[in-house]
Amino acid sequence: MKRRDFLKSSALGAAAATISVPAAACAKGPRGTGDLAVIVERATGSVLIADTTAREILTRVEGLGDLSHASAVYSRDARYAYIFGRDGGLTKLDILEGAVVKRVLQAGNAIGGAISDDGQLVAVSNYEPGGVRVFDAATLEPVADIPAAYGADKQSKTVGLVDTPGRRFVFTLYDAGEIWIADFSEEGPPKIERHTGIGELPYDALITGDGRHYIAGLFGEDGLTHVDLWEERPQPRRILSGYGKGEKKLPVYKMPHLEGWAHAGGKFLLPAVGRYELLVMDATSFEEVGRIGVHGQPIFAVARPDGRQAWVNFAHPRNDTIQVVDMPSLKIVHEFKPGPAALHMEFTPRGHEVWLSVRDSNEVHVYDTQTFARRAVLSAQSPSGIFMTARAHRIGL
Amino acid sequence: MWLKTIILLLLLSSAAGMSSLTGAPANALDSARERELTHLVRQDCGSCHGMTLKGGLGGPLLPESLVDLESESIASIILGGVPGKPMPPWEGQLSEEDAMWIAKNLKEGFPQ
Repeated sequence: MKRRDFLKSSALGAAAATISVPAAACAKGPRGTGDLAVIVERATGSVLIADTTAREILTRVEGLGDLSHASAVYSRDARYAYIFGRDGGLTKLDILEGAVVKRVLQAGNAIGGAISDDGQLVAVSNYEPGGVRVFDAATLEPVADIPAAYGADKQSKTVGLVDTPGRRFVFTLYDAGEIWIADFSEEGPPKIERHTGIGELPYDALITGDGRHYIAGLFGEDGLTHVDLWEERPQPRRILSGYGKGEKKLPVYKMPHLEGWAHAGGKFLLPAVGRYELLVMDATSFEEVGRIGVHGQPIFAVARPDGRQAWVNFAHPRNDTIQVVDMPSLKIVHEFKPGPAALHMEFTPRGHEVWLSVRDSNEVHVYDTQTFARRAVLSAQSPSGIFMTARAHRIGL
Repeated sequence: MWLKTIILLLLLSSAAGMSSLTGAPANALDSARERELTHLVRQDCGSCHGMTLKGGLGGPLLPESLVDLESESIASIILGGVPGKPMPPWEGQLSEEDAMWIAKNLKEGFPQ
């Protein structure tokens, strides 16, 4: 897109929106992308591009379709964001130009995606039709279609799609209770490794930052399933089985998200399902070593990049509150109420600040993670996920 | 005293006017509650069913996908949840009137 067109479109964008967006600061001249972020505006099909050093919104890009539950991954040069929309839309966004490079509607209903370690393949996790579709990251041309077939003629919704080293993707079949590993290391169609019987209703999964441990959360039973991808023949194993045996479950008004599971100081903090608790799991033995009572049903428990703290948010109707856990002592050291529906957090790459979407007050807040002081409040329309470019250089994000 | 009576009459007549328009009972929800419920359904139910209600981890909640269900059945699913599935019981968060209002509107095409 030409600069003139970009300025024109961003001016139109600002006029159409109810908040004012400064003229495109990204058009000022050469700059890096290392401190930029994409903020999803879920209700309006738009994203904001933010400068996390200046703590300001640079521009808004519109026309991205249904962005409820949207997420993003980055190209290796951290210039392009790939945005995965609920409506199956896959959008390649140039964050320096503030412009859509290409957009395809690749399925009817999608949940997220991943980019391969070499940056060449973008994979999308689909609900309708169930499966994973893989695209060329440069052109968004289709590369592979992996229907998540099970039973006689059914296709499963897929969740927990992540990249792992060796040009591989790992994902989980929600309806079928399976974990699949798709290996794209050789030319031609991918080699698929299927693991069946991994548990009831796996709703999301995570991979550790070293790309070694893949862990799926189960909604249908108290427990999780762990796969060590470094094993010669990886085998799913049940972990934390029956962590709530005999206890009455509380209603879960929003599914926990596992991507942000905190892994710090040799421990994982995991949101329990149907309990106002975080489970503390030893990162070597995968056994429960404690629990932390918290304010509500935890959604995200995200470690600050240094691992000293984990920040936790909660499901409806307790979603106005954030708690901060000190990892060495496993004590809650701070609690505050940023506002209604404080549902997404993203740390700056070295963790000095955290960006927080407060959906129902149409604000993004920035907090100092040492003093907990609020540094900035930015306007955004129903903000949800915040994705900083440092994700370009991390496994599984 | 007369002022209170007039206000009461006005309230009654406006409630009666509304009910004749919508066919809803006289104890129908006020418009502020309807706005709250619309927001709740779009944003919070939307986290599983999609903000456009065309489905996600949970099934679609569009009129064409609900033709086989009566409003009463939908309301009872909302209040009681679906055992063994992620659909939680909203009893305690929502009243029966709330649930019926949501159910009817889902069947008719939910407001934005």
